[in-house]
Amino acid sequence: MNEIELLNWARGPGLAYATIIMVFGLTLRVFEILSLGRAEELAEVRGSGVSDGWKMIFKRSLPEPRHWKLITASYIFHVGLLVIIFFFIPHTQFFRDVFGVFWSGWPNYVIDFFTVLSIAAMMYTLVSRFVDPTRRILSKMSDYFAWVVTFLPLVTGYMAFHRLGMDYTTMLAVHILSVELLMISLPISKLTHAITFTMARYYTGSSNGRRGIQS
Amino acid sequence: MSTSFEQGINTLKQVIDAPIAAYFSSCTNCGLCSRACIFYTETENPKYTPIRRVEPMRRIWEQEFTLVGKAKKALGLSKEVTEQDLKDCVELAFESCTTCGRCSMVCPVGNDIVYMIRRMREGLTAAGLAPKSLQDAAVRTMEKGSVMGFPMKTLEAMVKAAEKETGIEINIDKPDVDYLLLLSSAEVMQFNEIIASLAQIFKEAGVSWTFSSIAHEAGNPGMHMGASEIEAQMINRIVQAAEELNIKNVISPECGHAYMAIRWEGPNVIGRPYPFKVYHIIEVLDKLREQGKLKTTGCELERITFHDPCQAARRGGVNQPQRNLLNMVSSNFIEMKDSQACNWCCGGGGGVNTIEKAEPLMKKVFNRKRNQIEELDVTTVVTMCATCRNTLEEGIENNNMNVQVLGLTELVANHLLKEKKS
Amino acid sequence: MSDNRQQLAGELQRHGISRRTFLKFCTSMASAMALTPAAAAEMAEKLVKIKRQSVIWLSFQECTGCTESITRADKPSLESLIFDFISLDYHHTLQAASGDAAELAREQAMHDNAGKYILVVDGSIPLKDGGVYSTIAGMTNLDMLKQVAKGAAAIVAIGSCAAFGGLPKASPNPTGAVSVSDIIHDKPIINIPGCPPIPVVMTGVLAHVLTFGIPELDDMGRPKAFYGDTIHDRCYRRPFYDRGEFAKSFDDDGARKGWCLYELGCKGPTTHNACATVKWNNGTSFPIQSGHGCLGCSEPDFWDAGGFYKAISTGIGKPGQWATGALAAGAAAGLASAYLNKVTKSKAEKDHQEVTLEDMGGKHE
Repeated sequence: MNEIELLNWARGPGLAYATIIMVFGLTLRVFEILSLGRAEELAEVRGSGVSDGWKMIFKRSLPEPRHWKLITASYIFHVGLLVIIFFFIPHTQFFRDVFGVFWSGWPNYVIDFFTVLSIAAMMYTLVSRFVDPTRRILSKMSDYFAWVVTFLPLVTGYMAFHRLGMDYTTMLAVHILSVELLMISLPISKLTHAITFTMARYYTGSSNGRRGIQS
Repeated sequence: MSTSFEQGINTLKQVIDAPIAAYFSSCTNCGLCSRACIFYTETENPKYTPIRRVEPMRRIWEQEFTLVGKAKKALGLSKEVTEQDLKDCVELAFESCTTCGRCSMVCPVGNDIVYMIRRMREGLTAAGLAPKSLQDAAVRTMEKGSVMGFPMKTLEAMVKAAEKETGIEINIDKPDVDYLLLLSSAEVMQFNEIIASLAQIFKEAGVSWTFSSIAHEAGNPGMHMGASEIEAQMINRIVQAAEELNIKNVISPECGHAYMAIRWEGPNVIGRPYPFKVYHIIEVLDKLREQGKLKTTGCELERITFHDPCQAARRGGVNQPQRNLLNMVSSNFIEMKDSQACNWCCGGGGGVNTIEKAEPLMKKVFNRKRNQIEELDVTTVVTMCATCRNTLEEGIENNNMNVQVLGLTELVANHLLKEKKS
Repeated sequence: MSDNRQQLAGELQRHGISRRTFLKFCTSMASAMALTPAAAAEMAEKLVKIKRQSVIWLSFQECTGCTESITRADKPSLESLIFDFISLDYHHTLQAASGDAAELAREQAMHDNAGKYILVVDGSIPLKDGGVYSTIAGMTNLDMLKQVAKGAAAIVAIGSCAAFGGLPKASPNPTGAVSVSDIIHDKPIINIPGCPPIPVVMTGVLAHVLTFGIPELDDMGRPKAFYGDTIHDRCYRRPFYDRGEFAKSFDDDGARKGWCLYELGCKGPTTHNACATVKWNNGTSFPIQSGHGCLGCSEPDFWDAGGFYKAISTGIGKPGQWATGALAAGAAAGLASAYLNKVTKSKAEKDHQEVTLEDMGGKHE
């Protein structure tokens, strides 16, 4: 297979398989969670908890200042990923093609900035998994796997855009394949949290709201 | 014997619900929960990281309730939970956790970790692994009528003494009154001045109340063990008393876990809503204050601070009433730097102070509370839970601190403006 | 017949091609391939001394666009001088003979120059149904290619069809079209892709083959001199790409200002060719300069690369449809898993034994 065939496969069948697995898998996961149900609250509640649930989805994003280094690094790469994925101009073309919705991208130097910061932040979070005693005892293969599949698109995307590493066609194919690997990993790893964190926050927020407790 | 390893696994399957599934799906092993747990911060031992306390339950969730997990198990990529796993979990779920709930506040993805730990305990107890001290306490509570094992006669004697001291008649088993009062064992055995205090406060406020001879104990070892069925037995006793005496308001006393048990868990474990309301005693006093029925005189001039009991305040929702009352009787009330829902656990709750093995650890984690008190330069700490009171007093003594501990009801009673002649 | 050829010098003179023109040809070819000035002189020296090289040109499933490009019959160009240096012994469009006589000429040239002639191929080779979809003189392209390739010194696959399969290979490839290198594996093959290739690229490579032998090729058999860079590497609109200034439609402000055509589907970044430097029509212009994105015509499968007007960053096909199907399938699987979960729960419920005080060492109530 030559490099253009690899690129066309990545943009064609590869993307199809990855999309199918990701959407299928995430839908399945959500159904599996909901299927376990939640017992009715029989105590006299202080509030219905519904609005507290929804509010919690956003409120819990306010960082706790105590552990600023890890939280800063984590926010940098989460925000960075969102910015890069949705506002890099070639990516806006992709989303326009898929969703039919178009929004303006941001200048390349802004995306570059976020990419470099995100790569640095991710390296910090990886090292802390070895250095921080809590993270060291918690970290398993699945955590490192999740890190790798998140890191690869960042690095390969940067390399492709800046014409580093292999020739552009191959580098672009590798980048797209790394994104497809990430897509496939979403439903089968802790990366599911990208979707289910809203559910977790809602449940906690609503039970807190029912009891009138601060969260 | 119906408890067994198989029952333990079975129970864990029963307690896993949609919230728990969402929590396990979302945990990224970030490790931030450990920073909120005194058992980690004061020992720097990462084995106490909160989310680790529920690892066996996580494996069961993954292997039993997700297709991916089932596949992993079939491929040998995921190990089944063993009896040893459950045994190893006892130290983490009982001996080094007060279920204070601080972990649930800091989890970035919103996991209610203490909710999960409570259910992990359910499985461990069904496996026959509940700490002996809690098992014994449960037996005493149901057979003798109180957690510490004293009979009703003991309480009757306390009541008589209080009647003599105050000159106020105190009811037992009186129907159709405003409030049914429960007490925790610690209050009866160690802080029984509360009986006289309440008699006076209620007299001035003009409210009627009674004890029940079949249900005077507020403490609930069933909840500590996570044995919902036994917890229900204890709750049902109280419900029976309230229903028989036709009382519409039940008071949970100065005890943290009692409030959690009767106010929040109770109806859910007995399977029906109550025909009455439940209040923490401090909520009742604050309501009386609001209605102008609680008048005080004089003010504490010394620097005073407040320790929020985890189950009543952070997890129970009683945060403001104690502050209203304190501001009434103190002109120098200073909040701890981390206060209200962010306050730190004293280290004694959740059954930990009954487990002998946990004593050295309890001593160690008290450092957090000690630091909180010392940085304020106060000589009085007020609280509204008897277990916290005991733990605080013990810790203060161990650390040679010059601090006294007061119960809030007692403090308010000391400043009570007595208008009615006894 | 083979020794009738005189040295080229004489022939050129007789055709009225001055030495000056001849030298201009050599210089232009050499500089197009970034060879040194010395190479131009060497090329001139060698070309006049050679006997005219036998070239057999087979045209298979093609549109004759490659021949059009190289000849520009209405305006003889410097490039077409190459025909004065070779003996084009077989070419469907340019030869005088036809029918059996043409085939005979081919066979004669093959015999006389066995092992030494250059085989040029344009057009793809259909394989389906025994290769019947393209035949010459009753012989399938496949058979003819195999037969003629046997005695060739080297093969030049001109145009994207011969090099990679080209348009006939586009999905669903009804004729089973393949490239020359899919069939011949035992001869050196030079691929000169493009739809069509640029004239000077074709003649430059031929000139190099005649004088210096086979040029340096990349991993797809393309001469690095002409296919080493991508259009993007040499595009004059790069500053706009770098600044993120893109035309969004063919007649908007950006288009008029000559901004980058990435969003309008330009495949420049993944297309290897010399269009951006050498350009077309004697250096007049090239697609991007005229305001249209590069089609990527010198790359394999350019017809199936997702659409000429969709950016490279888009998917090929309709991802939205797959996602909808996957959502439905996921929901179905979710319901199945939900059912299994309920079964597990019911069983656990059934197997549950109440924890009693007896278990704690107390009296049974």
